[in-house]
This record gives sequence, structure tokens and C-alpha cells, in this order.
Amino acid sequence: MTVDATIRVDGLEKSYQALDVLRGVDLEVERGSIVALLGSNGAGKTTLVKILSTLLQPGGGSASVNGFDVVTEAAQVRESISLTGQFAAVDETLTGRENLVLVARLRHLADPGRVADGLLARFQLADAADRRVSTYSGGMRRRLDIAMSLSGNPPVIFLDEPTTGLDPQARVEVWQAVKELAGRGTTVLLTTQYLDEAEQLADRIAILHEGRIIVNGTLAELRQLLPPAEVEYVEKQPTLEDVFFAVVGDRGGEPAAAGPIGIDN
Amino acid sequence: MTTHFFSDTTTLLGRSLRHIVRSPDTIITTAVMPIAMLLLFVYVFGGAIDTGSGSYVDYLLPGILLITIASGISYTAFRLFLDLQGGIFERFESLPIARSSVLWAHVLTSLVANLVSVVAVVLVALLMGFRSGAGVLAWLAVAGILVVFTLALTWLAVVAGLTAKTSDGASGFSYPLIFLPFISSAFVPTDSMPGPVAAFAEHQPVTSIVDSIRDLLAQQPVSADIWVALAWCLGILAVGYALAMATFHRKTA
Repeated sequence: MTVDATIRVDGLEKSYQALDVLRGVDLEVERGSIVALLGSNGAGKTTLVKILSTLLQPGGGSASVNGFDVVTEAAQVRESISLTGQFAAVDETLTGRENLVLVARLRHLADPGRVADGLLARFQLADAADRRVSTYSGGMRRRLDIAMSLSGNPPVIFLDEPTTGLDPQARVEVWQAVKELAGRGTTVLLTTQYLDEAEQLADRIAILHEGRIIVNGTLAELRQLLPPAEVEYVEKQPTLEDVFFAVVGDRGGEPAAAGPIGIDN
Repeated sequence: MTTHFFSDTTTLLGRSLRHIVRSPDTIITTAVMPIAMLLLFVYVFGGAIDTGSGSYVDYLLPGILLITIASGISYTAFRLFLDLQGGIFERFESLPIARSSVLWAHVLTSLVANLVSVVAVVLVALLMGFRSGAGVLAWLAVAGILVVFTLALTWLAVVAGLTAKTSDGASGFSYPLIFLPFISSAFVPTDSMPGPVAAFAEHQPVTSIVDSIRDLLAQQPVSADIWVALAWCLGILAVGYALAMATFHRKTA
């Protein structure tokens, strides 16, 4: 048991009709850390995130976020969190600025316009602020999506597959945004099916498989789970992603990002 | 969280109204079909329909207004479906807002959009010779009936929008509602219909609503029809609202 757990999940269960999606999930996320929830499609990642963000009721067990129970204190949980779903949940008809003002208003913040301007600057969207979101690229949309989540600085952020469907450049942009978040002390629970994403971002990695967390630890701890003979497998080849960026010549502002185990970091 | 209900609803209403202002095609298409029907029935079929004294456009307008609303509310289902599809619905629901304000914003938007469409249709009818000497009170009564009718159908549209699997399903549910006026006193008097059809026509909601509006606009004394009409509207409203809320709460269970 961690003393200072911002997210605490205890024996959480959820089933849809005959299908048991979550079968007793236990998880703790320490304040200010990034935890990656890794799992294949249909492993129950989204279901877990939806329960934690009070969009779904659990079938059994309990969960608390920022000290509030997700069932009995759902309103306080929603004050503490923000959810960035699998698809950029932005309003295409509105401009980027209007999207941010909308969320700031719904969070009942004092000066929605100023909050919006601050976030636009922080996510390099100031130039596109007054354009309709339907004209944005995938990466800009995702950045706006994350910016909307940060409105009002909620202490806990859920990112559900934040880079699914993004091109490599946009992916690096999102990674930068997430790293910056954790730097400011926000607790982040992110789900992903990309192993390198978990490696890049997470302090701890939890693997959700068939409705249970089967492994939970730091990258170093997870590596130790393998027999030593396998650890010596070091890939010297550049990844296709390295090649892509070398050829394109633009890493979205970041000098070095993704790579396979043992090459960079 | 009811403390924020009004401010949250206002904020979200502002968002939906922006959608309508930026893509007014929904209001235009809502108004075009009823206007085409108005033209078709007044200038093509109307001459062959015997509605007694008075001009046919005066006779027809109340039914056309109901058709306008019945087709307009399908956009509410459509917009709600798009919100669910795009994930922004979940974003709203995970914010510290009064949750039902998301639905109320769509319902009020429907009211505004339908009102604009209805006014457009009435203006065209005026150009076609529709005249009414009805006073302010009678017009207010007509507006009141239309508002309750719009709210009733809109809450049904909310159910459709929340449960639809495709955008076609979300907007397609209103087709039967659009055709209901055809089997009523909206286009022809019911006594010209064969027995069983007339019986259906006389006992379905559209006839009493159309007859009440027609009487109000023609400065006739309103019969008990208006109470039957209001009972239908309020009944559908209550059922639609209850169904919509139940569907809404089931989504988060």
C-alpha cells in the first residue's frame, strides 16, 4: 500500500451482460507520477478509465480518485479529474479558443478568456486560435484536446490512448505535453497499446490482461522479470521511426524521442 | 451540482446555437420541405380538396407547421448522436457540471431552431395569401401549443439520439412523425375518409392539435379540442422526458 496514492483501485469488477471485462483490478497511482496502463485491444483499459472518470458504474470492488469515492462522491471526483478520451473530443465547428473558453466556463473558472489564452500559448496554438477546429491537423487537434483537459489544472488526468491514430510527429508533440504535465505535479494515468509509449513516458507500467493487472512496476523492474539470457538482446538497428525523422528532418522540436530498448534515453 | 444547472445549460446552449448560426443549413432544410408541401398542396392539389369556405392555405397551415416541427426535431437527435460519436459528450459528462444540462442545451436549441423554421414557413404562407385576424392572445395560445408540441417531440428525439447506432438511425426516427399529419385533419377533413381511417385520424394527436390551432387562427371559438390537444402534448412530453432521462441514466450505469 502506497501512503500517498491519488488513484486507488481495489478489486474492481465490471461486466457487460455475460462478458467479464474487469475481473478484480487492483492499482495504485502515486501523486505526481505517470502510470501507463498497457494492454491489447479489448483488455478493459477504456472501461477502467471510464469507471475512474465516473462515466460508468463499477460492478464490484471500489475505486477512489484524489481521496473521493467514484460512486458515492462522483461530483467531487469530477472536480478533481479531467478525461482525454480515445478520440480528440473537440468541437469542430468552434474555433480553438472557443473550445477552451467553453471548457473553462464549464469548470466555472473565474476568467475563461485568460485561461484559454494561457493554454493556447502553452500548446503553440495561439496562431490557430481563431480558426475553426475542422481546419486543424491531427496533431493540433490532439494538442487542443489535451489543452482542454488542463483547463483549471485538475490534479488528476486520464489519457485514454492519447496517440492512437496520430502520425509520428504528432505523437512526439503529445509526448512532450504529457511529460511537461508530470513535471508540474499532475498525476497522469494513461492507457496505451504502444510499448514504446509506455517506455517513453511512464514512471510505472501496469499491464492489464484478461481483466486483471498481471504486472505492475517500473520499467527496470519489468525488465528484471525476464531471464537474464533475454536481456542481452540489444537491437542495434535504427527504428523505422528514427529513419522517418532523419529523412523528414523534423522531430517536432524534440532532439531525441522514441527508440527501442537500450538505444537512447 | 444543481447549483450550476442554469449557468451550465446557458454555456452549452451558446455552443449549440453557434453550430446553428455557422451551419444554418439545418434550419433551411427544415423549412424547405414544409414550404414545398405548402406550395404543392395549395397550388396543385388544393383546388380539388373541399374544405368548405375559406382559403385552402388557411386550412393547411396548422398541419404544415406540425410537419415543420416533426422534421426539425430530427436534427436534435442527429446533433446529440454526433456529440456522443465524437466523444465530446463524455468530455462534458466528466466535467464538474450539472449533467442533465447537456441534454437541456440540446432541447432548448431545438426550440430556438424550430421556432425560426416555423416563422419562416408562416412568412411564406403570408406571401401565399394566408391571413388571420387572430388577436395577440390567440397567437400566444398558438405559440404555446407549438412550444409544448416541440418540447414533447424533442424529448423523444433525445431518446433516439442517445440510443441510435448510426446517424441515419438518429434522424430517421422522425419519418413516421412527419407522415402522421397526412392521416389527420391537416390536409383534408376527416369526414371524407373511409370509416376506420377516419376513426384513426380523429383519435390521433395531430387532428386535435391542428383543429385547435385552426380555430384559434380563424377566430372561431375553440372547442374541447384544445384540452385534448394539450393533454396529448403534455402526455407525450411527460413520457418523452421520462424515457430520455431513463436512457440518459442507463448510459452511466
